[in-house]
Amino acid sequence: MRYAMAIDTRKCVGCSDCVVACQTENNVPVGFCRDWVVEVVDGTYPNVSIELRTERCNHCDNSPCVRCCPTGASHFEDGGIVLVDHNKCIGCGACIQSCPYDARYSHPDGYVDKCTFCIHRVREGKNPACVSVCPTSCMHFGDLDDPNSEIVNVLKNRKFKSLAPEAGTKPQIFYLV
Amino acid sequence: MKEELFASGRNIPNIDPYLNIWHWQIPGYLFLGGLAAGILLFASFFTIMGKENKMEATVKKAPMIVPFALILGLFFLFLDLKHKLYFWQLYTTVRYESPMSWGAWVLMGITPLSILWAASYVRELFPKWDWKYDILKKSEKWLIANRILMAWPMGALAVILGIYTGILLSAFNARPLWNTSILGPLFLVSGMSTGAAVIMLMSKDHKEKKIIGRIDILLIVVELFFIIHLFMGFLAGSEVQINAANLFLGGKFTAPFFAFVVILGLIFPAVLEIFELKGYKVPIVVPAVLILLGGLIFRFLMVEAGQITRYLY
Amino acid sequence: MKEIAEKNGPESMALFNHGSSGRYFTQLLNAFGSTNITAPSFAQCRGPRDTGFELTFGESVSSPEVTDIRDTRCLVLIGSHIGENMHNGQVQEMSEAIDKGATIITVDPRLSTAASKSKYWLPIKPSTDMALLLSWIHVLIYDDLYNKEYIAKYAEGLDELKEHIRSFTPEWAYGITTIKPELIRNTAREMANAAPATIIHPGRHTTWYGDDVQRSRAIAILNALLGSWGNRGGIFLKEGIKVPEFPRPEYPKPKWSWQDTLNGRYPLAKESITNTIIEASIPAEGNTHQIKGWIVSGSNLVVAIPMKEQLMKAMQSLDLLVVVDTMPMEITGFADVVLPECTYLERYDDLRATAHREPTLALRMPAVEPMYETKPAWWIAKQIGERLGLGAYFNFTDFKEVLDWQLKQLGLSLNEMERIGVKKYARKTSAYILPDSDHHFKTASGKIQLSSKELEEFGFDAMPKYTAHAQPEEGFYRLIYGRAPMHTFSRTANNRNLVALMPENAVWVNPQVAELWGLKKDQYVWLKNQDGVVSNFSVKVRVTERIRWDSVYIVHGFGHHHKPLTYAFGRGVNDTELITNVMTDPIMGGTGMRGNFVTFLTDEPKKEAKL
Repeated sequence: MRYAMAIDTRKCVGCSDCVVACQTENNVPVGFCRDWVVEVVDGTYPNVSIELRTERCNHCDNSPCVRCCPTGASHFEDGGIVLVDHNKCIGCGACIQSCPYDARYSHPDGYVDKCTFCIHRVREGKNPACVSVCPTSCMHFGDLDDPNSEIVNVLKNRKFKSLAPEAGTKPQIFYLV
Repeated sequence: MKEELFASGRNIPNIDPYLNIWHWQIPGYLFLGGLAAGILLFASFFTIMGKENKMEATVKKAPMIVPFALILGLFFLFLDLKHKLYFWQLYTTVRYESPMSWGAWVLMGITPLSILWAASYVRELFPKWDWKYDILKKSEKWLIANRILMAWPMGALAVILGIYTGILLSAFNARPLWNTSILGPLFLVSGMSTGAAVIMLMSKDHKEKKIIGRIDILLIVVELFFIIHLFMGFLAGSEVQINAANLFLGGKFTAPFFAFVVILGLIFPAVLEIFELKGYKVPIVVPAVLILLGGLIFRFLMVEAGQITRYLY
Repeated sequence: MKEIAEKNGPESMALFNHGSSGRYFTQLLNAFGSTNITAPSFAQCRGPRDTGFELTFGESVSSPEVTDIRDTRCLVLIGSHIGENMHNGQVQEMSEAIDKGATIITVDPRLSTAASKSKYWLPIKPSTDMALLLSWIHVLIYDDLYNKEYIAKYAEGLDELKEHIRSFTPEWAYGITTIKPELIRNTAREMANAAPATIIHPGRHTTWYGDDVQRSRAIAILNALLGSWGNRGGIFLKEGIKVPEFPRPEYPKPKWSWQDTLNGRYPLAKESITNTIIEASIPAEGNTHQIKGWIVSGSNLVVAIPMKEQLMKAMQSLDLLVVVDTMPMEITGFADVVLPECTYLERYDDLRATAHREPTLALRMPAVEPMYETKPAWWIAKQIGERLGLGAYFNFTDFKEVLDWQLKQLGLSLNEMERIGVKKYARKTSAYILPDSDHHFKTASGKIQLSSKELEEFGFDAMPKYTAHAQPEEGFYRLIYGRAPMHTFSRTANNRNLVALMPENAVWVNPQVAELWGLKKDQYVWLKNQDGVVSNFSVKVRVTERIRWDSVYIVHGFGHHHKPLTYAFGRGVNDTELITNVMTDPIMGGTGMRGNFVTFLTDEPKKEAKL
């Protein structure tokens, strides 16, 4: 089992529903977020292109955050989901330094926090909150090891990229382009 | 024109616009760790070489401050923690791949060792000192008899600690400025140099000062070589590494780095030390203090600049 | 209200409303004896479009729009920025259309999000849309690309139209719009190739230049020529469920209504015009239909209505200003009475049964109890009604009784609806015009009006014409405003969570303009318009290739100047305060607001220069 996400940049309009859904679902304090939207504008008027991407923890296969954690608070769960055990986290900040996506932040309560792929929902067979609210249905969440899953299907049929692959982390969020 | 912006979310405190999660505590901790490692390495070395009585400041005096430096360093690390009450979790597990875990355990080993080392010399330096209890007196005797036995692991741990202060940073491939294996040796050498500076400050023996001064010149030359090597490596690297190097080669860290670290912290004290060796009268306090300040500023700059370097946005 | 009725008659009470709460206050005013009920959503927003389509097809595209975006093969957006304007159904359908490979053509001086998803982006010179539309009509007709069978069967006036647009060639339009003739022809061909599954989107906020009904007419004519109305992937025929009205006494007949204040102006306005109600609230010689009291429900007029001076004068002349809203905003600061309403998650509301692709019935019910002293709008209206002796019009103790009664008439019950939430019905009629059907449009003649007799009767152009509009003077840039998906108009500007998402707006400036002015990214500037009005606050500069060099863009709904709005106060610039030039549409009274030009002030201007 290997959970992953494929995000269709051709459909995302950057509405930020995913950001709000996550903040609400996971009680993220105001001013913080576990997912966010990036806009990249390229070209010169009038030949301009925009890429809109909703970003979050990449739940990397080769996770520097899990490696550098001195207490084992950052760890892998089933399906490759990277989690932080709040009761083991000492808040040293090493994992924040180690993440090329800057996907982690220091929660006001002290521990380090980040996207969990909504593991509590996934275990109930639901999609993560961000995926479930997207009005453009631009996000596909699923199991890469399941050949019949929607995500395997879109990744088979579409061109995709991942972010900062050169950082060597083997990210598991794929952007359909 | 290319534009990259957060349409929403992010702009999180201490994460954006650039990472600022480690403040003064970490460079302070790295400085004290390096300095302690340097002193202990010299102390072990000259003890093993049987020169403890010729190198009094190196082997006996300077190590007195090491336990304090290490404990203060650990306290700085503690201050850096955002979830302080869970500090003990560091010592419930050994994480081989985590430099932070390595550091915690190395300090766990070297700090008591440095205390024992200092304890074994207390009465020699402070003759009025009384251990009061028999058990302590017996222990002291044993320690004095087995200094060589202590020197070996202490020296080894000192090297690990010195290198560790660099590896703590270099292990993060997400921060291109830190992500180079030269940082370990560089921080070790720099730490040794600051250790040497402390010894020079504490030493009253001209011969000892001369020996340490010679070593220090060598260390500074090696350090300068490593620094050149560091930037050469970056400039031959990927775009993010080139950007990292450029922070120091024309970017906003150029002036403080070259003024306070390279010139005032390395070259100028080295020149003063050479003059001293040539027989000119140079108050040793000047190069020593400059080296210490240079080492401290170097760590502050590296920690701050490293957090600015990133892969995305 | 009683005093006002005694002195000036009940007609002197007016209602400004937006959203579901307006219904109960409409009922209250109707029972009281006034039909002066208005919504900014007409004269400040969709009015021209609705009028234009009614004149052409006999009916408007409704709200939510009956555009079949889901199944379209070619979607043409004229200044419509779906995706930034989060009309959720349309956003969902546009995404489906992208999936299915539909061609999107976007006409916008700004590379909107939708434009970035388009095969063609036509960065038109602002205010020249009409020329582009006419040249498209020209190409469709003269290149024989239009749906001849459809036009022959369902439309009248083709010959007049053909003659009318003879000279409006793409070459002619190029000189006006800066869009290359080749591109105009190619896009026209794309539309024709996909037709009838082509939508020239009617837009929504269409009050731009004062000839907006005519522009909407041109859009409607294009849709007609492509045969979109009544075809799959074009504009479908809506069907809905009719919900019976809860029994009530007849409303009294008012002695006068908003139409009587028009004095022959705006003859084709089918809905009331906010601005004329505001005008009627200012005492003046000859104003025999004086309005003395307002109820404002869910519309922050201060930030929504242009020509601030007139609005201020009107509000100062009122005897009573009641504001009903869920959150404090500027307008609550002007109110004599504030009636705090609970949010939609805390109340029952009217059944929703808007006709659309599928007939549906939807129930709104509380998810949580109301907080503080807030009350549902039906409760507030009923309480006022009872105190005015109009209790008979609110013959229920709880709105649930009304809902249950209505649902029982439909063979349902409130209990059941609370369980299912939404009930879908099967269509009884076809969503499309069936081949060989004898479809009658809702115009007087039953045919699509390519040339409008109705307009002609009232002395307007029967067919759309291009009018050159004022262009910015040197150093000035056309002020374009729009929406951001994070906020709902200006109403959410003080919502802490949404402020965290988007705290302020930015002024979008082309890099060439930025260079000319020496403007840097994230620098704060003040904006001054053509009439010397300076923005209350400063605004961040966004240097971006996404906009033409003759225009600047800001998101509407920021720059709040009401201090108690802790999170919104002083953040960004309010476009409405810079809209002092309003070009009113003579056909229906829409307030054209895109004819304002601004320049940059890099230093904080002196206080007295501010409005």
